[in-house]
Amino acid sequence: MNDSNLDSKQRLAIYRRMVLCRKFEERVYYLFLEGRLPGTVHQSAGQEASAVGVCSALAEGDVITSTHRPHSHAIARGLPVKSLMAELFAKSTGCCRGKGGSMHLGDLALGMLPAIAIVGGGIPLATGQALAFQYLGKKNIAACFFGDGAANIGTFHEAINMGAIWNLPVVYICENNKYGASTSVEKVMKVEHVSTRAAAYGIPGMTIDGNDVEAVHRAMSSAAERARGGRGPTLLELETYRFSGHSRSDPGHYRPQDEVAAWKQRDPVGLYEKALTDHGVLTEEAARQISASVEKELDEAVKFAEESPSPAAEECLSDVFA
Amino acid sequence: MSSPETQIPAAQTTARKLTMVEALREALREEMRRDDRVILIGEDIGVEGGFGGAFTVTLGLAEEFGHRRVIDTPISEAAIAGVAAGAAAGGLRPVADVQYGDFLFIAMDQLANQAAKLRYMSGGKISVPMVMRAPVGATTRGSQHGQSLEAFFTHVPGLKVACPSNPYDGKGLLKTAIRDDNPVIFFEHKLLYGSKGARKEAGGVEVLGHVPDQEYLIPFGQAKIARPGRDITIVANLLMVHRSLQAAKILAERGIEAEVIDVRTLVPFDWDTVAESARRTRKLMIVEEDNLTGGWGAEVAARIGDVCFGHLDAPIRRIAAPDTPVPFAPIMEKFYIPSMETIVATAQELVSNY
Ligand SMILES: Cc1ncc(C[n+]2csc(CCOP(=O)(O)OP(=O)(O)O)c2C)c(N)n1
Ligand SMILES: [Mg+2]
Repeated sequence: MNDSNLDSKQRLAIYRRMVLCRKFEERVYYLFLEGRLPGTVHQSAGQEASAVGVCSALAEGDVITSTHRPHSHAIARGLPVKSLMAELFAKSTGCCRGKGGSMHLGDLALGMLPAIAIVGGGIPLATGQALAFQYLGKKNIAACFFGDGAANIGTFHEAINMGAIWNLPVVYICENNKYGASTSVEKVMKVEHVSTRAAAYGIPGMTIDGNDVEAVHRAMSSAAERARGGRGPTLLELETYRFSGHSRSDPGHYRPQDEVAAWKQRDPVGLYEKALTDHGVLTEEAARQISASVEKELDEAVKFAEESPSPAAEECLSDVFA
Repeated sequence: MSSPETQIPAAQTTARKLTMVEALREALREEMRRDDRVILIGEDIGVEGGFGGAFTVTLGLAEEFGHRRVIDTPISEAAIAGVAAGAAAGGLRPVADVQYGDFLFIAMDQLANQAAKLRYMSGGKISVPMVMRAPVGATTRGSQHGQSLEAFFTHVPGLKVACPSNPYDGKGLLKTAIRDDNPVIFFEHKLLYGSKGARKEAGGVEVLGHVPDQEYLIPFGQAKIARPGRDITIVANLLMVHRSLQAAKILAERGIEAEVIDVRTLVPFDWDTVAESARRTRKLMIVEEDNLTGGWGAEVAARIGDVCFGHLDAPIRRIAAPDTPVPFAPIMEKFYIPSMETIVATAQELVSNY
């Protein structure tokens, strides 16, 4: 932890953001069980370090793309929790005015394209965002989140190759949580690491402990610097694990119990809490305060969402064309 | 043409009732037992402790037939479709699977350029006996998980298109699809699956259907008169058959007898049954969940308008989703999907004003 350039204030901010991601998912879980949220949800508890570690290395004007599992990405990017919660409640104050829902959270003005629920569908879009940055002479980068499952779809290969040959300012971030739905990575990939594939496109690739938020922050910082400096993309593979089932209806029986238990021992929020405590950055009292302020923020978000108006049915017809 | 039910009295007498999921699974199981060349290929279809595909249709089949015949793939829809087409040309009879119909767009080249055209391009020397199963319909999952895609595929020569509305048809049509020597796109509606437990769909329609123990097939190109009537003909598919039948009940209370035709397959299409009905009732409307512009209903309206011109007393009306993506918010989605009320009002208007 000592080789990081982060000061205590930044570290506490990172920690709070991770707690917010975790508690947001806990709220969503219960709201969903109570039948208060329509549709489906894909939750990201267990993957907070990758979301927050990556986004903590971004600058204003940078853009992320996300997937069907976007809650933590959106929170990590700093989208207002109220607007995210309202979107899950299908309210007109949601970040997509109730048209997107859980799988399409985002707000481009705040640095996040609406999440793409087609596996791999966001990889060309991130590459295109990067092309626009390069063309317009902006110093921004695109950070493209996707899962291990997406590494086997055509868009992954086509878009990363383009990003590579044109030296685009984009970082490709594979959150390898070992499964795509019920399918384990070993069944669908002959190489052990997704990052190995970077060699095929002539860009750097590395595999990082995705549950160590500062390791993620460091790796992302140097990949971002490289991208911003016009030296092209990097493929970062962040090894992590989702604590929940794939979606609301999945009990996850295809995962061995001891595997789940082992990963829960490496809970990224708990790990960081311990590291910060050990280094004297976080006190018990401070942790309590952070927890309370996060709960309050979420209380307010739920209240805001509940009290917000539903969109009018006819809103269905708007926004088809610019 | 008469409905096949009348040819299979067993369908009426047996007590056994299945959901769509159970009926489709039974069709797959029977065809796999019957013909070793039938294989299944798709994502999460045979994983131990897994789902049996996105909607449980293939649950238990890997246990019976093994992973040699129930093949789990990476998330690679283009290759799933193309590998199925290639294997079909190579002598197998693959039943491929996408988790949501929306992902067919990824597989479009392999389906529309390869599977559909191999026979024609080879001067009739190759056949591609594959089935591509795809769930459709809006179910509060938003724009990328709820589209109805029939029109895209009816437009491609060389592809057959089936769209069962109930378990009996589901089983009989899927068996026919598997035995057909051509690529068949097989649409299943999420709200008609009858999935249970955690996979139960909000707003799902209770469709338990009589499915006989005895083997039966339902030929392609035979529509079914789901409800006879003399005042107006309503042509529909998938979920819209059920909405139309509900509407017909309300209309009957108002003294209007609507005839509801379930098209069952879009390619080939049973023009005779629809034209005969339209001539008899002299009024026609078409109900589909697809977007209005260029939907399959437009083709039906144009052709029936042509051949029944002198026999119709009213303009042909189409009820479809508006030309928008599928919205997420349930209140908007309800507005998007054609409702029973709209069907009633439209039928009422046609009968009263003409
Ligand atoms: C093109 C496409 N195929 C299939 C799906 C259905 N699906 C949704 S998420 C998922 C698994 C994705 O796995 P991964 O990319 O590893 O992401 P994770 O869910 O693990 O975050 C699948 C198969 C989809 N949304 N898009
Ligand atoms: Mg994964």
